[in-house]
Amino acid sequence: MADKIVLEIARYAPDRDQAPSFQSFEVPLRKEWVVLDALNYIKDKVDGTLTYRWSCRMGICGSCGMMVNGEPKLTCATFLSQYGNNAKVRVEPLRYFPVVRDLVTALSDFLVKLQKVKPWLIRKDEPPLSQGEFLQTPEQLDLYKQFSMCINCTLCYSACPVVGLDQEFVGPAALALAQRYNLDSRDQGSAERLATLAHPDGIWGCTFVGECTRVCPKHVDPAGAIQQYKLTAALDWVKSFVLPRGHEETRQEAAHD
Amino acid sequence: MTERSMTERSMTERPTIERPKGERSTAKPSNEAFFWLLFSAGGVVAAVLIPIQLFLFGLAFPLGWLPQPSYEHVIALARSPLARIYLFVLCSLPLFHWAHRFRFTLYDGLQVKHLNEVIFAFCYGGALLGTALAAYLLWTI
Amino acid sequence: MTDQMMADQMMTDQAARTEFHPRWYRERVSTWWWLGEWHYLKFILRELSSLSVAWFVGLTLFQLRALLHGPETYARFSARLQSPVMVAFNLIAFCFVMFHAITWFNLAPRAMPVRIGGKRVPEFLVAAPNYALWIIVSAFVGWLLLRTP
Repeated sequence: MADKIVLEIARYAPDRDQAPSFQSFEVPLRKEWVVLDALNYIKDKVDGTLTYRWSCRMGICGSCGMMVNGEPKLTCATFLSQYGNNAKVRVEPLRYFPVVRDLVTALSDFLVKLQKVKPWLIRKDEPPLSQGEFLQTPEQLDLYKQFSMCINCTLCYSACPVVGLDQEFVGPAALALAQRYNLDSRDQGSAERLATLAHPDGIWGCTFVGECTRVCPKHVDPAGAIQQYKLTAALDWVKSFVLPRGHEETRQEAAHD
Repeated sequence: MTERSMTERSMTERPTIERPKGERSTAKPSNEAFFWLLFSAGGVVAAVLIPIQLFLFGLAFPLGWLPQPSYEHVIALARSPLARIYLFVLCSLPLFHWAHRFRFTLYDGLQVKHLNEVIFAFCYGGALLGTALAAYLLWTI
Repeated sequence: MTDQMMADQMMTDQAARTEFHPRWYRERVSTWWWLGEWHYLKFILRELSSLSVAWFVGLTLFQLRALLHGPETYARFSARLQSPVMVAFNLIAFCFVMFHAITWFNLAPRAMPVRIGGKRVPEFLVAAPNYALWIIVSAFVGWLLLRTP
């Protein structure tokens, strides 16, 4: 008798349903299979209408994030065998996002928030091409490298209770990516990001629950990034009192061009 | 209406959340920073100084695990100038730590963010009241 | 209205937010969200430790007031501290305050990454001086209170 496992999958068709419901599927339990393999098996052989996102199946594209037994996970990186033979595995769309259909969430909120923090290199001055590339030492790279590992999978958004409670909260990944650029030696845009970050919906909305760091598949540690920026922003605030005009000029300089 | 794809539109049109250029340079960092600094300072004081004192006065002395210091000893200690400052810091900063943390616990835990001003006044008002009481007691002791 | 037009409409009006789109499902977060998961509960307990901190300050203010009013008042105050109710409250408060201290020292290094010679110092080495300071200060305070003058 071949091993099997039961997947309880959330189904929601907007033209038909008012709210999601669960449908059970029995799937063979192959030793090397991950949850994504089970979903693909169901879509190929059982129910072709099952809708979900996936792409690289190797934990780098960030498409296949879902709630598996109540935990945000990349389904391409979650082995079925860890749940045991004849177990029931609940698969739902990522929490705290609107559900478009079945396991697909609407990401427009996240993308707007990501754009808001300006996650790109901002320069006051553009050196001419003849000057060559920007040079960066390994130590300078090390300052921000961890935060650059983010694959935008939004598992951290599903882990963070503040994201669920406050729809305006910018969220872990966006804040970590902002910090990734703030700490990049090639970047000159800290002042420009300040208004979005040092805001009640930015870093000050974070209460250091730490769940974002726990679920991150790439070990980005967004909680750490946010706490670090809290310190930076707090010192910046103090400076804006101690030398208001000088500080204003520096920030205007930085933002102005 | 021309059927342009969403991709085309997003590539040529600026996102609607962009602020006008002038506004960016005068944006001030939020005053939340101040309360967070107080919270942090209070957290350190609470973590380092409270456990021993709570252990001694709350458990060890009442339960007789350790000999209770006499009234004369305690008041002599409390009257010294350094101790007055120490006790003031001990009573004031942790209250601000509580104020900040409890404010956010009410926002997130009970989802009562619409009572924003009331919660703010209760928490920081309470901390200020405690600070004032501590100042009075330590001045007159 | 075609799907594309509906999506375009979504993007243009209130593009900064996904409001309750009539066809998409958005679940309300329950007031009891923090009971749903052990990690969330642990977080809320950590945050509630601030109540024990406030309790201690209240206790200390009463203690200072008792000191101010003389030896009889102070003796009455000390006697009240011996009642089972007070001991129970103080025991719970002490556990919470310890929980606060330990989580605080363990999390503080995350806000201040320390680098020596370009390499990141592991977190327990950054937390260790905090613990050392805690022990030293506690020992000193204990000595001050327990020594016979």
